[in-house]
Amino acid sequence: MNWQIDLIVMTLVVICGLAAVHVRDLLGAAALFGAYSFMMCLLWAVMGAVDVAFTEASVGAGVSTVFFVAAVFRTTRRSKD
Amino acid sequence: MKSFGIISVLILGAVLLYGTMEFPAWGDPESPASGHISGYYIENTLEDTSVPNIVTAVLADYRGYDTMFETTVILSAGLACFFLLRRFRRKPGEFRLYRHLDTGITLIIEQGGKEPADSDEFMRIDSQWVPYDLIVRTGARLMVPFLQLFALYIIAHGHHSPGGGFQGGVIFGATIILMAISTDLRYTTGRLSEKNSALMASIGVILYAGTGFLCLLLGANFLDYEALSRLFPVDPVGARSFGILFVEIGVAIAVSAVMVWIYYNLASAGRHDEGL
Repeated sequence: MNWQIDLIVMTLVVICGLAAVHVRDLLGAAALFGAYSFMMCLLWAVMGAVDVAFTEASVGAGVSTVFFVAAVFRTTRRSKD
Repeated sequence: MKSFGIISVLILGAVLLYGTMEFPAWGDPESPASGHISGYYIENTLEDTSVPNIVTAVLADYRGYDTMFETTVILSAGLACFFLLRRFRRKPGEFRLYRHLDTGITLIIEQGGKEPADSDEFMRIDSQWVPYDLIVRTGARLMVPFLQLFALYIIAHGHHSPGGGFQGGVIFGATIILMAISTDLRYTTGRLSEKNSALMASIGVILYAGTGFLCLLLGANFLDYEALSRLFPVDPVGARSFGILFVEIGVAIAVSAVMVWIYYNLASAGRHDEGL
């Protein structure tokens, strides 16, 4: 059962990572990074590293997304490249 | 240039993937890491420290010196944001907006103009107008106390379940950030000012290092919590559990304050005046 979950989540991690690089809207990229972090959190939990999963969920998916959004709010929303 | 970047990333990724083939299989009991150290922790942690969660015991006791400097790194991150972003003087041409509540007129006060005092008649509004949403504000207000209680639970229960000072501290800081997002920045800085958050960040690190120095004063090694059994009516093994709780609280205070501090600086571009 575990490897199917692994495969689905791993695919979503790769998709979220690539999409976060390619999307031009920086607010969307921040949201995608949040999704990426949450998928990583699921991966840690599947591997049994619950403490790391907890940190990833609170820091990666929670606070750092807010920091990205705050930075976008103060700079620009469109990416130049 | 772009194709060069893509090619170098692809080559580096291939090398990294090739490198991971040398790794021992996941969960392999014969791997070097599992062979030497892990066994000791799994067998002896409960007897040594009376802490069931091995991760917490390793983090705050066996390698507590390392974690102390991790906390210092968090404090340095907050300080770096402060030094890079904080602006004390107003930019020329900056103005403030006030709304006269009875008439709905918005006043632009240029620099040097007389600003209305805090009263029921005038309301300060952000120049990048973010309208307050009643549903969002009420929802956040309902959630914040429970989230904060949950954060305290994670900090205090880190010995027995996943979690600890770091995660609990981040969640506690996030609740204050949630308050700032759902209302405005001034509402939150009125409750937890920049000075207090900086002070709390330092106090957290001092609490950690102070626990270490307390052990030193009691004649043991730095961060050797067994010495605390002379101050508190517990046996040496229980004292290690207590010492872990002390440093976890220190980490939690430092981390939550630094998260809020960084948010203030980022969201207001260093002015701590108006922001997200």
